Amino acid sequence: MTAIDVTPVGAAAPEHIPYEPPKAVRRGGTALLLVLLAVFPLVFTNPAVTSIGVFTMIFLVAACGWNIFSGYSGYISIGHAAFYGIGQYTVALLVLHLKVPAGWDTFALLPLAGLVAAVLAVPIGFLLLRVRKHTFIILTVAIMFILQLLAFNLTSWTNGSSGLELPFPTWTGSFFNEPFYYVGLAAAIVACAVSWWVRRSKYGLGLLSIRDDEDRARGLGIHTTRTKLIAYVMSAFFVGIAGGLYAPFVGSVYPQFGFDPNFDLAVAVLVFVGGIGTLSGPVVGTLLLIPLQQYFYLQFGNDNLFLIAYGVLFILILRLLPGGISPSITQLYRRVLVARQLRTTAPPGPPGASGAPGAPGITPATVTGAEGKEDTP
Amino acid sequence: MSILQVTGIKKSYGGIRALTGCTMTFEEGAINGLIGPNGSGKTTLFNVISGYEVADEGQVTLRGQDITNAKPDQVFQAGIGRTFQITRIFARLTVLENLHVASQRRGFMGQLRSWKSAAERQHAMEVLDFVGLTPLADEPAGGLSYGQQKLLEFAFIMIAKPAIILLDEPAGGVNPTLLRGLADRIRALNKEGVTFVIVEHDMEFVMGLCDRVMVMHQGCALTAGAPQEVRSNPAVLEAYLGTDMTGTEGAS
Repeated sequence: MTAIDVTPVGAAAPEHIPYEPPKAVRRGGTALLLVLLAVFPLVFTNPAVTSIGVFTMIFLVAACGWNIFSGYSGYISIGHAAFYGIGQYTVALLVLHLKVPAGWDTFALLPLAGLVAAVLAVPIGFLLLRVRKHTFIILTVAIMFILQLLAFNLTSWTNGSSGLELPFPTWTGSFFNEPFYYVGLAAAIVACAVSWWVRRSKYGLGLLSIRDDEDRARGLGIHTTRTKLIAYVMSAFFVGIAGGLYAPFVGSVYPQFGFDPNFDLAVAVLVFVGGIGTLSGPVVGTLLLIPLQQYFYLQFGNDNLFLIAYGVLFILILRLLPGGISPSITQLYRRVLVARQLRTTAPPGPPGASGAPGAPGITPATVTGAEGKEDTP
Repeated sequence: MSILQVTGIKKSYGGIRALTGCTMTFEEGAINGLIGPNGSGKTTLFNVISGYEVADEGQVTLRGQDITNAKPDQVFQAGIGRTFQITRIFARLTVLENLHVASQRRGFMGQLRSWKSAAERQHAMEVLDFVGLTPLADEPAGGLSYGQQKLLEFAFIMIAKPAIILLDEPAGGVNPTLLRGLADRIRALNKEGVTFVIVEHDMEFVMGLCDRVMVMHQGCALTAGAPQEVRSNPAVLEAYLGTDMTGTEGAS
């Protein structure tokens, strides 16, 4: 047996130019980020600031969870508030019916909030994942509104539009936010870790292949329905946890804020801006936009002008960095490497020819950048 | 001994009757060629066998087991892999990741495992080395040329190693040097026991490579036999070139 004697287009490339920063940089960056997030409430003790931190952590859990399904499979869900609401009502109902004391005990209910959301995601996902693309998106929204209507009308459970009031912990005002922040951070780390595992597992590769060509993936033996459903359930679990953390933090649950279409849009925008389908995208998007949005709200919230400013910012980011912030950064990094290689490998020639595109060894693919390539830590 | 049999397969798209009761037997361990003029139903037959299309009537059996209208993943797991006329690869994954998709592990633990282990990479690199795509291993597959994508699709099948490989126009858009290599690889895999069914319009490629050639015309089997027999069969010439042209020199 002899190998096919052919020189592919890229065969002359002197070396592969990586699509992502070196492992040491990625690991160092992750460690630095973790340290910064861990010390944040110790440095910024102002409750107004730590409150922004709590909201950021809640959205970080939700965005990482949402990305596990929508980012990796390419099925965009604009109805994950269904699970956010389920998480909120699960914690609220358990606290009220089981008389769980407010405070640390409430946090023990978080895995349960995720679990209830995940269990309910099985039949919902089974139903929704029979369709694709635009139909899928519309159905996700429909399911979310159906659950909202149920929350309005099942008054014996949910108290309808009057909502449910949760007892506040007896922590002092200056310490109120910190437990929520650290529990949120822990949940976000778990969500990111699961997202990281999915990205590098055989299972996750099946999910990514569905994003690129679902029918082809089936032809290579991937059980696409099961693969998508597992991701859907995993993402529902984390969004349920985010809801479970939100309810005791704000102290109340209402149908319109539990099953909130704004939440759906917010999570999708965070991930799109950060870089959908990448590991770091949801983290970058959330850490950048949620504090900004909260800051705008606190500063200019009276007349809702902040929403216009926020909208303009989204448009600018998506216009200038269509792949999202995270892929754009890695793309920029790669361009620097490509430019460096062009300089070192350019043949001696007439003045001005050095570094010209098309120098030997550089294929078109090496120059066009990292669009679509996923980052891994 | 037959490994794959299709019996009385019918498939219509509205008023177009793509398959009109197609019956064929594919021998185990052979390189089977499937030829016929455009619109004769070759690709539709592939689609029905591989589960991408549901047959209106008829039966597909693999080693006696009925796999009619099984889903594509079930057909693949039963032992039939295929390539497409227009290549279908995972454009946003790297070349290497594409191969890892094809070498999916079944079972819960297999799914949990990372594909980034050294052993997995080495196995995939061996296959890539063979098709000459090693330098592009970590490039996004969407950036490959059409010919390279054909090779990558072939590499999918090599790494998955099903019992039967259906190749839909493997020579289309591939340069002659590459084609010779491809033919060598097909022969090598065939020696290892893999059965091939190849749809192809390049007659030189088909006649030089296949042990047996089947001809389709208007949605059903016209004839089958050794390449030389088929080449000189008047019915085949008529199907390809029409009645007016039969007997002309160009028909050979």
